[in-house]
Amino acid sequence: MSITDAITASAESVTEYILAQEEKDQLRFLTCGSVDDGKSTLIGRLLYDTKLIFEDQLAALEKDSRRHGTVGEEIDLALLVDGLEAEREQGITIDVAYRFFSTDKRKFIVADTPGHEQYTRNMATGASTADLAVLLVDARNGLMVQTRRHAFIASLLGIRHVVLAINKIDLVDYSQARFDEIRAEFEAFASGFDFETLEAIPMSARYGDNVTVRSDKMGWYKGPTLLEHLETVKIGGHELHQPFRFPVQWVNRPNLDFRGYSGTIADGTVAVGDELVVAASGKTSRVERILTPVGEAARAGAGEAVTITLEDEIDISRGDLLASSGARPDVADQMAAHLIWMNDAPLFPGRPYLLKIGTRTVTATVTEIKHKINVNTFEHVAGKQLDLNEIAFCNLSLSQPVAFDPYEANRTTGSFILIDRLTNATVGAGMIWFALRRATNIHWQAMHVDKQARATALGQRPAVLWFTGLSGSGKSTIASIVERKLHLEGRHTYTLDGDNVRHGLNRDLGFTDADRVENIRRVGEVARLFVDAGLITLVSFISPFRAERQLARDLMGEGDFIEIFVDTPIEECKNRDPKGLYAKAEAGEIKNFTGIDSPYEAPETPELRLVNVGRDPETVADEVIEFLRANNYLVAPATSIDGQDI
Amino acid sequence: MDKTTPILSEERLSNLRRLEAESIHIIREVAAEFRNPVMLYSIGKDSSVMLHLAMKAFYPSKPPFPLLHVDTTWKFRDMITFRDETARRLGLDLIVHTNPEGIERGISPFDHGSSVHTHIMKTEALKQALTKYGFDAAFGGARRDEEKSRAKERVFSFRNSSHGWDPKNQRPELWNLYNARVAKGESIRAFPLSNWTELDIWQYILTEDIPMVPLYFAAPRPVVERDGMLIMVDDDRMKLLPGESIEERTVRFRTLGCYPLTGAIESDADTLPKIVREMLIARTSERSGRLIDHDDSASMEKKKREGYF
Repeated sequence: MSITDAITASAESVTEYILAQEEKDQLRFLTCGSVDDGKSTLIGRLLYDTKLIFEDQLAALEKDSRRHGTVGEEIDLALLVDGLEAEREQGITIDVAYRFFSTDKRKFIVADTPGHEQYTRNMATGASTADLAVLLVDARNGLMVQTRRHAFIASLLGIRHVVLAINKIDLVDYSQARFDEIRAEFEAFASGFDFETLEAIPMSARYGDNVTVRSDKMGWYKGPTLLEHLETVKIGGHELHQPFRFPVQWVNRPNLDFRGYSGTIADGTVAVGDELVVAASGKTSRVERILTPVGEAARAGAGEAVTITLEDEIDISRGDLLASSGARPDVADQMAAHLIWMNDAPLFPGRPYLLKIGTRTVTATVTEIKHKINVNTFEHVAGKQLDLNEIAFCNLSLSQPVAFDPYEANRTTGSFILIDRLTNATVGAGMIWFALRRATNIHWQAMHVDKQARATALGQRPAVLWFTGLSGSGKSTIASIVERKLHLEGRHTYTLDGDNVRHGLNRDLGFTDADRVENIRRVGEVARLFVDAGLITLVSFISPFRAERQLARDLMGEGDFIEIFVDTPIEECKNRDPKGLYAKAEAGEIKNFTGIDSPYEAPETPELRLVNVGRDPETVADEVIEFLRANNYLVAPATSIDGQDI
Repeated sequence: MDKTTPILSEERLSNLRRLEAESIHIIREVAAEFRNPVMLYSIGKDSSVMLHLAMKAFYPSKPPFPLLHVDTTWKFRDMITFRDETARRLGLDLIVHTNPEGIERGISPFDHGSSVHTHIMKTEALKQALTKYGFDAAFGGARRDEEKSRAKERVFSFRNSSHGWDPKNQRPELWNLYNARVAKGESIRAFPLSNWTELDIWQYILTEDIPMVPLYFAAPRPVVERDGMLIMVDDDRMKLLPGESIEERTVRFRTLGCYPLTGAIESDADTLPKIVREMLIARTSERSGRLIDHDDSASMEKKKREGYF
């Protein structure tokens, strides 16, 4: 029964029709192409022809068309989808818009994404949830750089079905030769992308030819219209045959008699009695009950949001991945992945970010950019940082092991986002390629002589005193006095500063932002080893970026990191200019000099802030000692330098 | 159990079950990631579906967050009755907030117009309530198919510390990985029904037999024709203008809000199937029943930037 029959018959037949719609499935697709290829017009056409534009919207559209329209007196269908004010004014699509339409066979969710290279991130966003991509090509222009880029991004994001919509065919006189030429070129180009289906369709979105209605101007074309293809293309079906994967979202514990694990099944099926494993801990149990949104069930499959109870009480919390015990996911703290960068501030290797995978969030750093990928030529290029809209193949290191699958095998358990820890912005999206084997094979040596044992032997509480401030602020002077005072008290200390690190360990690093990040990362790691050795470690580095100081802080145990901000105003530092560096920087002889042409991000909440203007450095150093004493860093029994207990 | 017999067919989940699962996932994600979430409950059909999904998401537990209703004091009386009955039936905490300054100033849609009333009694009131209780996430029942600017809004939609939305600076949102990180004072509006259409909503209500406010169903009601709309006289605060008269007509409402701002339609659809049939035949999209959207086609985006849901 069609919808028209149903509504003209009776209310009862509507009920029947609605309930029959239970069977209707859903297709999510993405439209992409450059601005002038007519994406928005195509979606407008689909909405218009499937009667989803209501009369009041049509009235508003006519009004808008007169104000902003680009097609003269006709209704500009593109205005329907270009939602935000700015876009309507500029006549381009700058974000992802989601539109909906429905036929008797399927409901469609369309992600309309922009075409410009600077919007690669928006296209990736739209592609991440799409089953199919409609790539628009202007028949007059043929394949463009952006057509290839979009095909590549669609493929990278795991889209396996593509429609090549050869649009504006009316402007090349409905030419079959032109259509065949473009199709052949694209097929040759896309052969490496592993698309399951690739359908080329000649159409005119503006006039509606072959969109929802077969064109009478192209007798030579025997294939489906776009809508026919979208209604019938077979999508997926593999998910239920994959190994079971279930990221635990929520532990459901209404009372002592019920302990359930709620989440959405990422892949495979699960049945009562199945043996499951908690991927990270390796603990196993069997499924006792499965609660689904429509009641208790013996079995459930991919895509369903369920609550599972197990026969045994084992330790499971949000962030764990339950999996079939016979086919386990990888568990590792190092991996290789494709990363799309989505933020104005570049990615630097070594800088820590939050990584959210499934329901788990950990700290992660990119340890190495193996290569960047030029999205227009697909060439591999070297790079030390990753800028907005760039894509790279990277190695990542995580603070804790996580469970995952390669993205190719599972889009849910193989994908992650990166979040900036200071701004909380979503800055990157990653697709895991594989676990780095060294991570799974090399385990930390559990040593009997540990940090605590060494600290006890030295009779002190180890910590890092991290002095940060501008060049000339007096960091090193104060650090050196503090070290002398600690030494006199019998404390075991060591100082890391620019001189003893830049000349040795970090001699390969310059002063670009990327090198500054790496510089501080290495210093942080060395400081951690010294703290592990039981030493009170003084670090005296400009360390201008908040993110890197945070990174260093995170390397240490709770309370082991003391950030000391030597707060000397830049004017005073310039006056002092002990090494003549400011003078050179202002003369342009030194590049990237902090405070001149490179920023210093002052600490917001340092443990200690020292005012070092017009005061005796000895007094300032005493302030540090007093802080340490007041905060119980110096209470452990110290020995005097001649070894006698004091 | 015989594991060799596949119980599930090769088919993928139906549209409705896929939407349901996605919404439940979103609702659970908010509950798990936020310190102090709340569900905005506006008593309408979308809210009713959202609440129904929340009950499923945590079954057999109750949803671990309260409901919040921003009461402008001009809602239909039937809505308030239904609201209180629903909270009682489901055993949920219900917070009702009204802007005390609005009460003091005697703000009324009749005297101050729809835009002042909406701004003070809805937008400002909502911000007050979110700040007062320190909610860091608020569920809303908005759908992307309702309106153009909503078509671009994220499922987890970031709000700055003054509850504003910056449409040009939204966080990218990929897969089902929602970024729930906010600084103190900032918050997230979460929209579990983002991908539902009006037809999906009605179909789900029919399939799941979800209780609805009686105002959705046609009945004889006292109405006045004003500015081309049928306004129901819900209490004696509505004063008749010269030339107006109260007539009893068989009407129902397609959307629910403040009674002086919500137009009724003449209809004899007094059952769910009849409503759905009428909806399918209708050629007028639902928000046109609300006066507030008429001013300008970009008006909703403007309101949202200021903090309107």
